[in-house]
Amino acid sequence: MSPRAACRLEALGFKQVYDYLPGKVDWLARGLPREGEKAGQRRAVDVARDDAATCGPKERMGEVRPRVEASPYGFGLVVSERGTLLGRLRKVALDDDPSSRAEDVMEPGPSTIRADTPLDQLHDRLDRRGLKTAVVTTPEGVLLGVVRRDDLNETQG
Amino acid sequence: MPRSILYPELRRLLDAGAQLVEVLPREEYAEERLPGAINIPLKRLDAETTADLDKRKAVVVYCWDAL
Repeated sequence: MSPRAACRLEALGFKQVYDYLPGKVDWLARGLPREGEKAGQRRAVDVARDDAATCGPKERMGEVRPRVEASPYGFGLVVSERGTLLGRLRKVALDDDPSSRAEDVMEPGPSTIRADTPLDQLHDRLDRRGLKTAVVTTPEGVLLGVVRRDDLNETQG
Repeated sequence: MPRSILYPELRRLLDAGAQLVEVLPREEYAEERLPGAINIPLKRLDAETTADLDKRKAVVVYCWDAL
């Protein structure tokens, strides 16, 4: 629809016309501000916490382990310099050789959700899979935070 | 010819003062939209409905997704 609108605008004499092709879906999935009647409805990004322990792929487990143990979660998240989620460090990886690099012991490509996932859907998803947390990222995989099921239980009343 | 852009370019254009137009039906615009966007549904896009847009400035249009 938007490509046709862009062509139409050009035909009407507009010289600088751009088509944000990924559209509203892309914007919302980034957890960016929104307006409108539904803008007040809370989504995953609204309850996501930023208290997960993170590390770079080259960091040694001996350095990472204390950070994860000090966090509220039993796992760590490996991110690139730009914040892209690369993998998850499970408990068994934390007990690995302290000289191991995170990238060598991480579980690559962990399951994630988008920022605009409605809370009721997220609650159902976690319940069905028996999960306590969900990792929220942008469409490009940049880490936004972690949602706890306990927080959703409170939200769902 | 209009150029398709991704989010980083959109961000740059908005920061530079681009005009943002949602071309979905009014009901969808009313429910949820990008901040600052105006609504001109595709079926109503003509010289009259675009009269308030500044032709000297960039215009970015969007709908729901790329499909």
